[in-house]
Formats: sequence, C-alpha cells, structure tokens
Amino acid sequence: MTDKAKLYFTEEHEWVEIVNDTLVRIGISDYAVEQLGDIVFVELPEADTDLGAGDEFATVESVKSTSEIYAPVGGAVARVNDALEDEPEKLNESPFEDGWLIELNVSADIDVSGLMDAGAYDDYVSSL
Amino acid sequence: MTTYNSLLFEISKPGRKGYSLPETEVDQTAVADILPAHLVREEPAELPELSELQIMRHYTGLSNKNFGIETGFYPLGSCTMKYNPKINEDIARYSGFAHIHPLQPEQTAQGAFELMHRLEENLKEVTGMDAISLQPAAGAQGEWAGLLIFKAYHQANGEGDKRRKILVPDSAHGTNPASAVVAGYDVVEIKSNEHGRVGIEALKAAVGPDTAGLMLTNPNTLGLFEVDIVEIAEIVHEAGGLLYYDGANANAILGKSTPGEMGFDVVHLNLHKSFSTPHGGGGPGSGPIGVKDYLKAFLPSPRIEKTAEGFTVSRDHPQAIGRVKGYFGNFGVNVRAYSYIRSMGAEGLQQVSEDAVLHANYLKARLAPYYDTPYQDHCKHEFVLSGMRQKKQGVRTLDIAKRLLDYGFYAPTVYFPLIVEECLMIEPTETEAKEELDAFADAMIEIAKDAENDPEIVTGAPYTKAVRRLDEVTAARKPVVTFQRNSAELKR
Repeated sequence: MTDKAKLYFTEEHEWVEIVNDTLVRIGISDYAVEQLGDIVFVELPEADTDLGAGDEFATVESVKSTSEIYAPVGGAVARVNDALEDEPEKLNESPFEDGWLIELNVSADIDVSGLMDAGAYDDYVSSL
Repeated sequence: MTTYNSLLFEISKPGRKGYSLPETEVDQTAVADILPAHLVREEPAELPELSELQIMRHYTGLSNKNFGIETGFYPLGSCTMKYNPKINEDIARYSGFAHIHPLQPEQTAQGAFELMHRLEENLKEVTGMDAISLQPAAGAQGEWAGLLIFKAYHQANGEGDKRRKILVPDSAHGTNPASAVVAGYDVVEIKSNEHGRVGIEALKAAVGPDTAGLMLTNPNTLGLFEVDIVEIAEIVHEAGGLLYYDGANANAILGKSTPGEMGFDVVHLNLHKSFSTPHGGGGPGSGPIGVKDYLKAFLPSPRIEKTAEGFTVSRDHPQAIGRVKGYFGNFGVNVRAYSYIRSMGAEGLQQVSEDAVLHANYLKARLAPYYDTPYQDHCKHEFVLSGMRQKKQGVRTLDIAKRLLDYGFYAPTVYFPLIVEECLMIEPTETEAKEELDAFADAMIEIAKDAENDPEIVTGAPYTKAVRRLDEVTAARKPVVTFQRNSAELKR
C-alpha cells in the first residue's frame, strides 16, 4: 500500500515515489483523476526512453479531455504499467497504487527540492 | 420525436429486391475467369435485401433524428452555428459553378476564376491582409499551412533551425498546438492572466531567439477581446517571431477590426463558420489563409492571376510551401461564402458582428444571476459560464447539457476552454430572434432552479430523446467500430 504521505507532488498533479536510491515511480494524483473524469486511454513511453525533468512522457485521455503528463524528474524509463493499456480504469480506481504510470532509473543524487510534499500538495489543491 | 432505430441488416429479408433490370444483351463472363483465385469471393457478400420504399423509410427515419440549425437553436460555442441563407445554395447550383471540372481549359472556366479572384479581394478587405490562398480545406489545415509559411520565412532568413517554438495560450483551440506539432514545431503554453487574456509578463518571459511565432484567437475562446493585442504583436515581432490569427472567432470582428490592423502576419478564416456555409458533421469546410506582403512568396501554389487577357493559373512560385489541397480548395463552399458576402454587403457584415455580440451579452446578462460567470467583462460573440455552483448541488455541466436537449435545444460546448472548471461555452450567433434567445435563457434558468431544488430531474435527463444517457465510457474503452452480424440476429 503506497502511503500518500511519502510521495512528492508537482503543480501539474504528478506524483513521485522514491522506491530506492536509483528508482522512482511516477503517477498522477487523486485530484488529477477526479478532474479528468472517466479515463478511457493511456499512452505510455517505450522502456529505456531517456526523459529530462519536465519532458512530456504520457498522454491520458478521458471522456472530457486529453492531457499530457510531464516527468517531475529526469531519468531512463525502467518499466511502464502495461496493465493500463487494457484497463485504463485502474487509474481512476487507484491513482496511487495500481494506476501508477512509469518507473524511472535515476541518479542517486536525485533532487526533489522543487517538488511538494503531501501536506504542501493538499494545501495547493485546496487553493485551486 | 421519432424513435426509429433499426439497421438495414435487421429489416432485410432474403430475396427481396429494390430493382428490376432487363436481361443483359452482353455475353456473361464468370468473375472467376477474369480474376485471380485469391481475389474471388467464396461466398456472396451478405448485403441487406430491401424494397425501395423500405430503404426510403429507413433513411427518412434516420434523418428525422438529425438536429441542425434549421431544427432549432444551436448555441455550440466556438462553432458559429448561424443560419446559412438558401440563396447560397441557389448560387452554388448554377451550372457554371456546379458542372465544371478543375482540368477543363482555363478559358472555359473564367467565371469560376473570377469568383475566386473576387472572393480573395473581399477576404483581403475583411482580414486586412495583402494576399489570400483559397486552398486550405478548413481551419486546422489553414493553421498548418500558415505555420509552414512561418517556417519558410524563417528558413529564408537563415533562422529556420534556430526558431523552433510556437507559443500558444492555454485558452487556445486544441487545433493550435496540434497544427504546430504537425508542422514540426515545439509548443510552449502561455498561461492566461486573471482577466482571461494573454498575460504580458508571461509572454515576455516566453519569447526569445527560439520563438517562431505566436498563435492567437481574438476574441479568444472565452469570448474576450485581447485588448493588449498591439503590445502583444510588438513583443513577438521584436523577438523576431510572427503572429498567427486563428479566425475561428472572426464573427465577432467583421467590419469592426481586422487581424491586419492588430499586427498579425498570417490569418485563416473559417468560411464555413463566419461566412455561412453548412458545417457540422464533418464538412466540407473552407479555411483560406491570408498573409502580409512580405510573406506572399510563400503562399501555396498554384495561384489565380488576373491578366489583361483574363484569368490564368500560375505555377511558377519557387518559394511557395507547395500545394496543400487539390486545385483551389473546396470550390463549392467558396461559392457559398462569396454569395453570402455579396448579399450581406459591407454594412451587413458589420451588423453581423454587432448582433452576434449583442446577443451573447444579452444571454450572459440574463444567465449571470443563476450561473457562475468567471469573467465579468462584456463579452464579444460568445461567453463562458461555470457550472461550479450546480456541481455543489450534485449536478454536473454534462447533466445541464443533457437536460437542455429535452427543451429542444442543442447543448452548448462543454468542458472547453480547459481553463474554466465545469465550463459551458455559449455562442448564440446573430441569426436568432430575441424570442429564441429568451426561450433558451428561460430553459437554462429553469434547469438552474431544478439543480437547486430537485437535482434528479437534471441528472436523469434526457427523457424525450430516442436514447437516454449513452455509455460513453465503455464506448471509448471498448469501441465496436464495425457492424457485427450476430448482434443483429440476437436482437430479433
């Protein structure tokens, strides 16, 4: 069970989980999926794709709109959540767990100082 | 309201025919004798078998389910669903326009060339531009062609590799960033300011030596005029970029202002919107582009030239971006637009924009007490409401849109622009009578009252249509895009 309190967030509603020194997991927040509505399609990158921080890496399409998802940190794509291809609804049902998007290999000195912790993110969302 | 909902396959009966042909006088040849074996069917195609009358009733039944501007009010924001005068259809059916072929000798199609030339002259006046190409088939193709002109211009100046970025406001139509990507550009989004307009500071921070240009709709998709447009144009031009005018909302400025005066370098118009030709359901449209003098060399080829001997087609344009559409675009649509411009005249077109703006402001004022209005300024030809008040009462914007169908109206554009939550985008156009605007406002007010007092009335809508709520989510997640025989048989 992913503990939301351990995640870092962006203003664009992506989250980052530090899995270990060289691996992070990335997804989008519960607020983001609520805003999107029923998600019908998720397009994910190929494994080994090199991403810079801020690069667009996925597209999430809902009945209302299509949104680009941006990498909160840079790294190489280690794994993508293939299950979303057939079951995009997992993103609605479980944005912090089964609905994760990608895992990135990152350097050990990854910098998360530009991201928000869960408390700051909640404050940010309630300010919107 | 008709509930006719059958498929041809469902009403088909084996052996029934809608034709009778005489015996052929030509010797018959078996298909298998003239085609390779792998191209010959093993079993006959399962085509539906019906009488002529059954087919007529089938299609008439389906057509009765259509909704169009001639059925009722159609306030689909950003789409300018105005009435298309029938004189346009008369003119487009003149045999000199309808029964010609693009490859027939030039001297036998002079009238058609003259019409296109005159239309170009009229559109130059409307846009404040120096040259027009009628080729692009619709708005998005116009955008793409316009961006190819940006690219050709920067390349001619030796800056093609350096200028890689197109700036697009976050309120823009989705086609703007899409066209930029297809043209090979990177897109930079400019955040709107609290007044719903391009933020000057955000723009200044975004422009630079890598800027190819800015795409802007004015008035923008919130229906608000970009009052800082002259300063915006100066900022982009000083950085070496060009300005593209998305003509989607040109209905608001006809005869009042021109993109040329505002400082734009390239513009497209949607003739199928602002200039009254049928649209919705996929076209055909027409999206001519206009450019200033210094970009004229890059316009698509071929072009129509007026000479002392008459009109001719010129193809020698070495700097042209090429051909973006066969011949001269969707000629029949251009004939209708020309008919409209000439029957309205300059004063008539000015009244179009005045009435379109008046109607939008009238509706906005009537609805403001009942719905959230994110922007208080007077609007141009359209305006946005936010359904946030209703959402707190358990009614989403989607429900409001569905409930409007029961009142006999087409729904406004919903959930766009993306920067307004639970957005409703309403464009009444100039062609509606006040009674119709009032009937729509009354319906919207009644829906707002129901949302407050008895929300289930709204969330259960529509009640009066052939179908209720469609399962959009399953349709999108697990689409069935071809007819499957079994499903018809199961239904019997």
